[in-house]
Amino acid sequence: MKCQKCDRQATFHITDLIDGEPNELHLCEQCAQAFLTPSQEEAQEVLPAMAGLLAQHLAVGETADELARLDQRACPVCGITFLQFRKQGRLGCPHDYVFFEKELEPLLLSIHDQTRHIGKAPKRCPHGADQQTQLIRLRREMKEAVAAEEYERASELRDEIRTIEAGFREVKKEG
Amino acid sequence: MTLDDLASSCGEWLRGSGPESDIVISSRIRLARNLADFPFISRATPADRAEIEKILHGRVEAMRDSGKAPKDLLYLRVSDLPAVDRQFLVERQLISRELAENDGARAVVVDPGERFSVMINEEDHLRIQVMHSGLALQAAWEQANRLDDLIEEQVTYAFHERLGYLTACPTNTGTGLRVSVMLHLPALAITRQIEKVFKSLHKINLAVRGLYGEGSQATGDFYQISNQVTLGQTEEDLAKKVADVVPVLIDYERQARDFLIRESHETLHDRVSRAFGILRTAQTISSEETMALLSSVRMGINLGLIGDLAIPTVNKLLIHTQPAHLQKLSGVELDQSDRNIERASYLRRHLNGDGNGKAARN
Repeated sequence: MKCQKCDRQATFHITDLIDGEPNELHLCEQCAQAFLTPSQEEAQEVLPAMAGLLAQHLAVGETADELARLDQRACPVCGITFLQFRKQGRLGCPHDYVFFEKELEPLLLSIHDQTRHIGKAPKRCPHGADQQTQLIRLRREMKEAVAAEEYERASELRDEIRTIEAGFREVKKEG
Repeated sequence: MTLDDLASSCGEWLRGSGPESDIVISSRIRLARNLADFPFISRATPADRAEIEKILHGRVEAMRDSGKAPKDLLYLRVSDLPAVDRQFLVERQLISRELAENDGARAVVVDPGERFSVMINEEDHLRIQVMHSGLALQAAWEQANRLDDLIEEQVTYAFHERLGYLTACPTNTGTGLRVSVMLHLPALAITRQIEKVFKSLHKINLAVRGLYGEGSQATGDFYQISNQVTLGQTEEDLAKKVADVVPVLIDYERQARDFLIRESHETLHDRVSRAFGILRTAQTISSEETMALLSSVRMGINLGLIGDLAIPTVNKLLIHTQPAHLQKLSGVELDQSDRNIERASYLRRHLNGDGNGKAARN
């Protein structure tokens, strides 16, 4: 049997339902693939918001060079690169929102249509946010120091972490 | 209170007594939160995850001791549980599949009445979720808000002045809020209007998912409707947007049911009766078939086509006939074909009264 859309051999036999009525289609592999692949519009409806949006954003307005350079930028706190974020769709730490602010802005805008939060805020404001992110960085550096067997450095880092943590406990008691 | 006690009970959200509960199974609120001084889960080392779990466990104990949290709260270290228990918690909607399958230290805090649960180290450090029976989004939000306040007294959340609560995925940034209702829409499915309804929901930025959330199939005509936007609107407005669309969907479903009763009463009655008949007599039955048949029976009860069977019983059967529940209830590990036999036997026991077929009067 010949494919209904070209001259190749039909190897796919598809029953399509149009308004509840079965409609037989006999297609070759290529035409079947084209038939079964959702159109751009359909695909966007089905795709999880993230993947679709990321692809959309990063494909437009950036040249390959710019994209490559952007991908290599790494957050100084958690170490995630923009490429890693693009691949997994998950950010690495709170500081990424600051470090990748420019890149995330259009993404947030197309997901939420807004870029400013107007809802609930913690009553006890996380003052010292810088110190919080510093803790993430210090813990990472300490682990690296231990792995490299630089124990003196690791112990200095541990003291630094403890000082900051003790500071938070003081603030908490006062609050 | 232990996990095994949960198995034989039935959670609040299955009570089937909330407003509009013939069509609205449950209302849920979920808040995503992260600790400010740890990396998000994707960049957290096993040691970080263990530390986060330990800190949060300590806070839960402290809240229990000071009377801020109920004494009978259940704290389950999910990473230590056998696969069947994890699956059980997923079926019960107390944890997500992601939490069941992730790596590293993770836990869940469960309210014994199953009105709320708090997942630790899922996609975010904390996922607070509240579940109420029927259409009760406002009440569920208020409870979630109070829980969030309580937890916030214990930890420092990752929060950005302009962007709000910071989450691992930018789709949750801002409020970290997911508002959802689980609806039973069999008549819209039978009359093939469901796709049209979904398309219009997508247009107003609402997502439609199956019974078990992201990526799951809509088994038994149960659908979850939820918000996609989380940033730039207040929590109340986000909840209202979902709450406003539900009465419209309820109305469509009722119209479709009226249409079926009016235009094809025999066909509908036949469908419902056959479904009930199979459930009461089958000797081996799959989970999917059970869900599909219970869906017809559930609608049949609401339309007065089946008497002597209560909605809460059907709700319970929907959950208790799932693979891990069957195994927890029978107390033995069962492979798929044994499960199908046990499921059929469980259904016969619960739908035939004392085995003399008195449960039904058609």
